[in-house]
Amino acid sequence: MKRLTFVAAGLSLALALIPTLSRAEEGPEPLSFREDVGNLPSVQRGARDFMAYCSGCHAMKYLRYNRMGTDLGIPDDLLKANLMLGTDKVGDPIPSSMPAKQAESWFGRVPPDLTLETKARGSAWVFSYLQSFYLDDKRPLGVNNPYLPGVSMPAVLGELQGWQKLAAPEKGEAEGAPKFELVQAGSMTPEEYKAFVTDLTNFMAYASEPGKSERIALGGKVMLYLLVLLVLTYFLKKEFWRDIH
Amino acid sequence: MAIVPNPYKTTGFLGWIDDRFPLTKMWKDHLSEYYAPKNFNFWYFFGSLALLVLVNQLLTGIFLTMNYKPSATDAFDSVQYIMRDVPWGSVIRYMHATGASAFFIVVYAHMFRGILYGSHRKPRELIWIFGSLIFLVLMAEAFCGYVLPWGQMSYWGAQVIISLFGTIPYIGKGLVEWIQGDYVPADATLNRLFSLHVIALPFVLVGLVVAHLLALHEVGSNNPDGVEIKKHKDPVTHIPLDGIAFHPYYTVKDLVGVAGFLIIFCAVIFFAPEGGGMVLEQPNFQMANPQVTPPEITPAWYFGVFYAMLRATPSLFHSALPGVIVMGGAVIILFFMPWLDRSPVKSWRYKGPVFKTLLMLFAVDFVIMNYLGMQPVSPTHTLIARFGTIFYFGFFLLMPFYSQWEKTKPVPERVTE
Repeated sequence: MKRLTFVAAGLSLALALIPTLSRAEEGPEPLSFREDVGNLPSVQRGARDFMAYCSGCHAMKYLRYNRMGTDLGIPDDLLKANLMLGTDKVGDPIPSSMPAKQAESWFGRVPPDLTLETKARGSAWVFSYLQSFYLDDKRPLGVNNPYLPGVSMPAVLGELQGWQKLAAPEKGEAEGAPKFELVQAGSMTPEEYKAFVTDLTNFMAYASEPGKSERIALGGKVMLYLLVLLVLTYFLKKEFWRDIH
Repeated sequence: MAIVPNPYKTTGFLGWIDDRFPLTKMWKDHLSEYYAPKNFNFWYFFGSLALLVLVNQLLTGIFLTMNYKPSATDAFDSVQYIMRDVPWGSVIRYMHATGASAFFIVVYAHMFRGILYGSHRKPRELIWIFGSLIFLVLMAEAFCGYVLPWGQMSYWGAQVIISLFGTIPYIGKGLVEWIQGDYVPADATLNRLFSLHVIALPFVLVGLVVAHLLALHEVGSNNPDGVEIKKHKDPVTHIPLDGIAFHPYYTVKDLVGVAGFLIIFCAVIFFAPEGGGMVLEQPNFQMANPQVTPPEITPAWYFGVFYAMLRATPSLFHSALPGVIVMGGAVIILFFMPWLDRSPVKSWRYKGPVFKTLLMLFAVDFVIMNYLGMQPVSPTHTLIARFGTIFYFGFFLLMPFYSQWEKTKPVPERVTE
């Protein structure tokens, strides 16, 4: 009985720690996505694609070029030749090419910095958002996105993905991820585009916390050390307490 | 009684010190000749763990302060600077953020232990009151610290909490502006919360912890049986028969607790430092934006119980004042525990089934209320939270009656096991 109540009390304390699954974000449930920042080629491709398609408007002001270079195994000369804007130095953070003031008058808002985007909204959200632009005549730029209704961003990746419209939900279908119909094919097949978005999301997940892999590797060593410490302290205690009855 | 320098007549270098400072005396009084009951169980780890977490917060806080900039324009960026450019900065910050949550876990467990075994009962009322004060200051300290990274939830959380002062009739509005130093939470607010977080409150906290420990060592520790070990002393040595020296016995035992705790603590730091959004919240990865309100403003998890009460209390004349009073009352009522519990026995081991059942239900109620405080408002949630609030207060306010009337079991003379 006594043990049981202790367990119950301990359990209730532990329960208070179970993460809440409520998402702050509006919009439909995102597609399932498993980020993999350990997949170096994918993150490298994502970096290349980010610089080609995103950094025109979006900055990553907390990520320095040379940090990215070191972590992703890209030497400085390759970095300079392929990924950096002409005037930048390797120690600079990744800027947006667009002047903020003009961006605001063009799009109604300054394109947000994306360094922490996968942490702020979740990588599954980013993965879903990038695949869900659809044609909508009511919007000034002709596109909308269920994950960010009234989106101010144009469908920059439309030429790759192709153009799609929102499919009417079939009767009796449970509310889930929205469905789309491809109207005009892009330069990539749907599979290629999905892989492209996966790379991009992996890169953004990397950028949100460049030290993540190091942290996990260090964590393993810390755990090993602490387990040894636990065993040692346990036997130390046992030895000291031998004469206590 | 006059103070006698060097009562243990030490010699040499130690003697030189002891002639001038009570080093040996303090060592003996508080460690090597402080006799604690030998039957401490699992629940008794949490006191030393709270001290460990306090030290963790103080040390990591020093290094964070070296690199953090308390300004509305720079705070958010400086946190990312710590996370990315400061050597070991991310580990130090994760230790500090996780430490805040760990602090509340060990303190809640420590308080529950007190109620379980009657550690608040005579002659330990002041220990309990110092402890309640520590809890109160800890809440203020945690709130101030939560605001400093200046993320979206930091900002809007600050807005909600400071606006609670606005519910006070007549002076409320002026008081809020005085606290904020502005009409909305802004740079001035961040600066003063920083000052409170790194200087004023830690000072008070450490002082209260010293008072808590001095009071404890003056009367001696309680134990799971709730019997006074000082009643039975060895006739020659005057050492309590059921007492063992804190050092080395409990120092080595607490080391086991420390190792066990660190395994869980470090697992969070290294493998889930955001704690599934409980340690570092998603909206706090966006910089504070006074123009955009997040869809849900939720408090840090450790304030869930109190936030649930605030929301569940009906407003009066369009004022949330009743909710604020109920929420404050939920903390203030803790101070009266020593006088609310009127059972002839201290430990729940010898109390009757009514007290035991109510205490267990109270623990369940606490967890449910904490959960509700983190959930979006809904009619069902509000209804459950109202019952939960009534039970919370009923548990304390009716304690003088049910604890006194209930038949208790005989208490042994000496500790068991």
